Amino acid sequence: MPNFFYELHFYLFGLFAIASALTFVTRKSPVAAALWLVSTMFSLAALYVMMDAHFIGAIQVLVYAGAIMVVFLFVVMLLNLGHPDELSDLRGKWGRLAAGLLGLAILAQVMALSRTRPEASLVQSDFDRLAELRGENAVAAIAKPLFSDHLLAFELTSVLLLVAIVGAVVIGKRRAST
Amino acid sequence: MDRTYLPVLLLLGFVALNAVLIVALSSLVIRRRPSPVKDSPYESGIPPLGDARERFSIKFYMVAMLFIIFDIETVFLIPWGVYYRQLSCAVPMVNNVCPAGNVSFFGLGEMLVFMAILVVGFVYVWKKGALQWD
Repeated sequence: MPNFFYELHFYLFGLFAIASALTFVTRKSPVAAALWLVSTMFSLAALYVMMDAHFIGAIQVLVYAGAIMVVFLFVVMLLNLGHPDELSDLRGKWGRLAAGLLGLAILAQVMALSRTRPEASLVQSDFDRLAELRGENAVAAIAKPLFSDHLLAFELTSVLLLVAIVGAVVIGKRRAST
Repeated sequence: MDRTYLPVLLLLGFVALNAVLIVALSSLVIRRRPSPVKDSPYESGIPPLGDARERFSIKFYMVAMLFIIFDIETVFLIPWGVYYRQLSCAVPMVNNVCPAGNVSFFGLGEMLVFMAILVVGFVYVWKKGALQWD
């Protein structure tokens, strides 16, 4: 199925995601940066859709481009960052050096990860299985493994969310009372 | 790519067309008589005081944070709801119908456990007064 049309758009969205991400990290105004991040999120959603992960694509738009961005903007407002011209989060050459090294380390990690084989249970290399997934509706493709094979992980997610709730309340309420 | 996204494209096109049409029509039909009041950001509103880049109350952050967490909870509810019929059937469904006597409470039970853990969080938030504005 990979044909020229498909590959062109796949790389186009990939390129757009990278370009938006680069613009995102180089903007001085935090709000402008956040909006570029939305553009990255939309490109990623398009990539998910092209990889037949329709539900993940929709959730990417709803949760990341919608909800997570709202919190980013709230944090920007809470931090009292002032005018964009006065800002620079990377001060001095040591800051730049540290950021560069960190970026290189993450890039090396991604390269190393792309060479290793993922755990067998997580790979969908079986084409019959893929055809079966395509036959189902887009949401069932993710619901089936999530609610049967990975039941424990699903239930643990609720504990993770509980921890997040408690963390948010503890941090928020302490600040509010002082 | 078996699924078509043509409706999404049509919707986007319709939205763009609608927006352009409304702005274009009003700029064509309008008779311009500008005045300082009309040019203010909010006509008949409160005059802006100071800078917009001020610190906002942490209360907004609390609401946004709790919204996100319960939003993610909903993300899990959607696939569960879609797949609920299959989850409530102990054996594979035949022609989209569960064979008699094979109905199970597995699907209901797993979501009840999930929700119960999150209700603990909800009660905690409520008792702590994080949903109160002041």
